[in-house]
Amino acid sequence: MNDLTKPVLDTIDPELSAHLVSRRDALRKSGLWTGKMAWAAAASVPLGLAAISREASAQAAPPQAVVDVLNFALTLEYLEAEYYTLGVASGVIPGRDKGTFTTIRNHEQAHVDFLQSALGSAAVDKPTFDFTAGGTFDPFTNYGTFQALAQGFEDTGVRAYKGQLPALQPYDDVLTAAATIHSVEARHASKVRRLRGKDGWIPFAMTDVPALQPVYDGEENLLQLGINVGAFEGAEAGTEAFDEPLTMEAVLAIAGLFIVG
Amino acid sequence: MDHEPIPEEPRALPLQRPSGRRTFLKWTGGAAAAALLAACDESPITAEAAADGRTGNRNRGPVTNGADAVTLDFSSDIGVLNYAYALEQLEAAFYILVTDNFYSGGRQEERDVLNDLRKHEIIHREFFRTALGDAAIPDLAFDFSSINTRARGRVLQLAQDFEDIGVSAYNGAAKLIEDTEYLVVAGKIVSVEARHASAIADLRTPNGSAFAPRAFDLARDPREVLALAAPFVATQINVVNLPA
Repeated sequence: MNDLTKPVLDTIDPELSAHLVSRRDALRKSGLWTGKMAWAAAASVPLGLAAISREASAQAAPPQAVVDVLNFALTLEYLEAEYYTLGVASGVIPGRDKGTFTTIRNHEQAHVDFLQSALGSAAVDKPTFDFTAGGTFDPFTNYGTFQALAQGFEDTGVRAYKGQLPALQPYDDVLTAAATIHSVEARHASKVRRLRGKDGWIPFAMTDVPALQPVYDGEENLLQLGINVGAFEGAEAGTEAFDEPLTMEAVLAIAGLFIVG
Repeated sequence: MDHEPIPEEPRALPLQRPSGRRTFLKWTGGAAAAALLAACDESPITAEAAADGRTGNRNRGPVTNGADAVTLDFSSDIGVLNYAYALEQLEAAFYILVTDNFYSGGRQEERDVLNDLRKHEIIHREFFRTALGDAAIPDLAFDFSSINTRARGRVLQLAQDFEDIGVSAYNGAAKLIEDTEYLVVAGKIVSVEARHASAIADLRTPNGSAFAPRAFDLARDPREVLALAAPFVATQINVVNLPA
């Protein structure tokens, strides 16, 4: 099984990945490309990333709908990357968990780098953040608060990407790239939840932090394609088995608490 | 197609290995199971003993009954949904097997996580079965004979593999889905599989970075996914109408 241990963009520079994609296309046209080789290459080069990198350097502007979604994602990734960078630097994280949050920080930075690259000159700038939300929170002096907000950001990120899948549906490569980020945010969320002594998945719309209730509203939903999924193994497991999307508006209302400029 | 569905609570492990893919062992309850149990040495084996072959009994998983062959036709969303359904069938069957035959020596937390995963995958499976209705593929046959359910390391490694494969399968299938409602529901499931994968990694290596090995998850083509799953799927799965 493929097992890259470094973030993809650390190992594949855009020139190389574009070369690999165009080489694959050339081989296919020559008739020398076998099915087996195709899958080997596909597994080692996430095609979404390669194609998007190539598109960016080819200066074909993405459609405005895509630009809006990617800038939305970039804003959230700026927030997460900054949050974890400040957190790691602040000393609030005990030694045993530093590796975890450094890993998460590295991923968020890779997401920022990728989205900036995909957007090119259309990328929005990093906002100014206030992670105290005007003095409501003290994440960089209180580790419990740091963890709680981290959980909130990751669970929000999952719902944010999920909410944009329909908007990206016409664009295969961007859709795939967004999916591959979305599932990593879910891995992050699960890990941070478990650090806090919770399950990695969300039961009903439960949160132990009242201020974060907007992050979880709607997660109690049991109706999927008109089917009551609480009927199989009970309601709690039914709500855990499906994560729910959030609209861009709802996500920006949450993120906006921490954006001051 | 004549077949028996995989029961929710298998009562006995088979003593004999099947001779080939088409030789399926039947699940039975009641007296037959009692006879098997009586004949079977049920003493638990440690992971170490299993690893170097010093086992008194194999505690191997079964080969289950199911369809000889199914076809996944990716020319419509039905094919994609059946693909997801197939994978959820596999995961559910795996977790039912390992939670019905728990390894010893693990922490209670491991049992709790694996029991939750069992519930979630059963829910996913039943959701797709219900959603697909008459268009659903039949129950697949699985080959778990290579799985020593009493070996903690092996069970957790396989759980990790199945969850990671599941994530990559949904990510790779996203672009194949036409109906937006189906895309949304697939999106609702894939993040839960990723939560699973992260939790399993956490159980195996509590303070490592294995909960999220890379910044961008994999997105695999269905053919690659099915090749990875093939050692555990006795049913022949044919794929048609996928872009080259």
